[in-house]
Amino acid sequence: MNKLRKQLELNVQLILEKRPQSSGLMNLFSPLLAIVLTVVVGGLIFAAMGKPPLTALYLYFIDPLTSWWSVEEVLVKAGPLVLIGVGLAVCFKANVWNIGAEGQLTVGALMGAIIPILWGEWQSPFALVAMLCLGALGGALFALIPAWLKTHFGVNEILTSLMLVYIAQLLLDWFVRGPWKDPNGYNFPKSVSFEGWHLLPMWGDGRMHFGLVVSLVAALVLFWIMRHTLKGFEINVVGSAPRAGAFAGFSQTKMVWFCFALSGGLAGLAGLIEVAGPIGQLQPQISPNYGFTAIIVAFLGRLNPLGVIFAGILLAISYIGGEGIQIELGISSKITQMFQGMLLFFILMCDTLILYRLKWISTKPNQSTTGHAS
Amino acid sequence: MLNKSNNNAPMTLLQVTNISKKFGDFYANDNLNLSIETGKVHALLGENGAGKSTLVKMMYGALQPTSGSIFWQGQETLIASPAHARELGIGMVFQHFSLFEALTVAENISLALPVQLRQGDLSQRIADLSLDYGLPLNPAALVADLSVGERQRIEIVRCLLQQPKLLIMDEPTAVLTPQEAQALFSTLRRLVEEGCAVLYISHRLEEVKQICHDATILRHGKLVAEVDPKVETAATLAQLMVGSSVHQVSRNTNGEIGEVLLSLSHLYQSSSAPFGVDLVDVNLQVKSGEILAIAGVAGNGQGELFSVISGEERNPQQHFISLLGQVSDGLNINQRRLLGAAFVPEERMGHGAVEHLSLTDNILLSRHACNDTESPLDRGWFGIDRRQLAQLNKAISINYDVRKSREDDVAGSLSGGNLQKFVVGRELNRKPKVLVINQPTWGVDAGAAALIRQAVIDLSRQGSAILIISQDLDEIFELADTIAVISRGQLSPSYAASELSREKIGLMMAGSHEQTAQAAGA
Repeated sequence: MNKLRKQLELNVQLILEKRPQSSGLMNLFSPLLAIVLTVVVGGLIFAAMGKPPLTALYLYFIDPLTSWWSVEEVLVKAGPLVLIGVGLAVCFKANVWNIGAEGQLTVGALMGAIIPILWGEWQSPFALVAMLCLGALGGALFALIPAWLKTHFGVNEILTSLMLVYIAQLLLDWFVRGPWKDPNGYNFPKSVSFEGWHLLPMWGDGRMHFGLVVSLVAALVLFWIMRHTLKGFEINVVGSAPRAGAFAGFSQTKMVWFCFALSGGLAGLAGLIEVAGPIGQLQPQISPNYGFTAIIVAFLGRLNPLGVIFAGILLAISYIGGEGIQIELGISSKITQMFQGMLLFFILMCDTLILYRLKWISTKPNQSTTGHAS
Repeated sequence: MLNKSNNNAPMTLLQVTNISKKFGDFYANDNLNLSIETGKVHALLGENGAGKSTLVKMMYGALQPTSGSIFWQGQETLIASPAHARELGIGMVFQHFSLFEALTVAENISLALPVQLRQGDLSQRIADLSLDYGLPLNPAALVADLSVGERQRIEIVRCLLQQPKLLIMDEPTAVLTPQEAQALFSTLRRLVEEGCAVLYISHRLEEVKQICHDATILRHGKLVAEVDPKVETAATLAQLMVGSSVHQVSRNTNGEIGEVLLSLSHLYQSSSAPFGVDLVDVNLQVKSGEILAIAGVAGNGQGELFSVISGEERNPQQHFISLLGQVSDGLNINQRRLLGAAFVPEERMGHGAVEHLSLTDNILLSRHACNDTESPLDRGWFGIDRRQLAQLNKAISINYDVRKSREDDVAGSLSGGNLQKFVVGRELNRKPKVLVINQPTWGVDAGAAALIRQAVIDLSRQGSAILIISQDLDEIFELADTIAVISRGQLSPSYAASELSREKIGLMMAGSHEQTAQAAGA
């Protein structure tokens, strides 16, 4: 009896209660809440490191937006994040988990670089178009490996797509140290510098390039597809209710192929744009983990292509801000990865509140009697 | 069984006073009173959504009341959790069993028992108890190999091992053959003779009349009547449940039977699901103007049969299926729809409709590849024809009485009956030449069921061929011109509905035709 009463008193606790309907408000509010939590915890971490938290946060999040130079730099970083992020958003919406965008980006860059490296003399606008196409093709083909493994053998695509990232990076490493090394490059692991029509049109005095237009167009086109066409409808249904998808005559297998081809193609395009834009040649490192960060971008953008644009800009700020506080306060730029990790963690955590709400349950004290039956 | 008190006079075991449960602004239970006595079977009647499950979950500790109290053996008691309820002596057999198919009967029971009851020779105790109560069970059998009726016995035996004073049963006969149901009733009678109380939730009025001593009727969360089911008729009980007299389905005109529109010949299909049922040599023909009903206990291959006919499961190399005279094995579900077929699956939510999508989107789900709208619904890059979808939605709502709070509500906010009317209406609105419908009125209130059945009959009288898969014999006799029975993936020959009695169907459900099929094959 006493034991039972104790048990009842212990029942005063915080529980997650399933909402009768998912909360539309929380769906919008959850990313904002996640950003707030990230900033607060980030500030605490700065304080714990003995740095002035407000100054550090200002330098991290606000300072990058105060000069035109750094705004340009933010947009240059946001470009690939958005381009990869919209592809992944579609993928995740369909419940297909491509985690290997970083690898697809690398292979896209390699494929596109065939033209400037092997046909350097072909100088025409078509050469650039061909490079863009090859970049997308390379990323897509590389992404079809996990798609094939999944549809034919039922292998989990999260593992295969992730593992292929390292294969792609080693492949790039081998090319720039081996066959594609610039013969006049003093033995540095770099390819020849791209020239003329092998580089994207640039403008301004900074590093703004044509790739930003590609990202914006991709986001708008995918927004239209997702919102208004049958394909978007199919992606939505197959991802959220597979049996209803089968009833509608949508094929789960084709959806896996489609999603990997699309997201891989966009990641490959992003890779090519990086090497034919800001970098201008192949080198062992061509991306500060854009492919992985784009996963956060996709979630922070609510898997909505328009949301991804804003999320991409925010994550781009985190790169620039990380560099900024490294210079100003001497904090390791690894802080960028920490902020990105926290952000993803908090988003996934806050997303719980879309389907659940927090509730205290307590028992009324005068009611806690139980049967004395025996 | 525990409570062999000195006097056999019924005493109040559990009493619920002024209990309410509020979900948001909605009262699922509104000020209910109920008292359950030992030695009696107490019926809890009501349509889907009347609040039966909510009330029972509060008695079983799975939900806490918003206000009001529960008295257990005269003491005000807070039932904190299902474990606490079991400790008190309340057992519950759920409608959907939670059993591990890959484990044996004894292992499944052992998993769910408190530690002190697991000691000793559990298998022997299971065998003894099940024999004693007329619930034969082999403790060493794998659950995957058992029929639904046998699985239910596991749940009952599991409850009985804990020696409950009150046994709550949620729609126990929904999955049983008439014979299995009778066996269950004798077990229940035996239990109440021993002084146990039973709370029996059902909407099958005949069986309530047969075994229950008291009945409490709920409607829209409120208590509408407490009656003696023995003196009421099924019609008066139904009226109390629904609140108005139930519309009778009329099938006065007998349609003209025409050519064969759907035929399966020697269909074999291995199930792709781990514990699915293989279809063995299935033959059937449905003619224009005819309604063929397939009776059978759930889990005997109905789902598999449906997906083979709909094309969700395909076997393109074979020539088993013919729709409107065309070999259709190689066609996918949309190609079959284009031929003039329509399908209504058993599960409304997640199969026939998507919960979080709007009704217009749900129309698009099965209609996007049909060419029976004035222009295609899918205009490729130019998007989806929303205007036409809105018109379809309006027409379906009016013709099939779909009630909703907003014109284009999300499917998830419709009640079960209204969603089923929508899902059926979406297909009937096309005037399909062939309609295949799995459990047309499963879990639907009487008003909606009558409307759906009438619509199906009207369609057949216009010359469509209709195949109904159902577990509800009342429904089958109401609708069918011809009846076949499925059992373990084998389909009996079809008989005219007038030739068959419930008893004969019951025997066939238990597999009597399988023997003949094997003998004929040998």
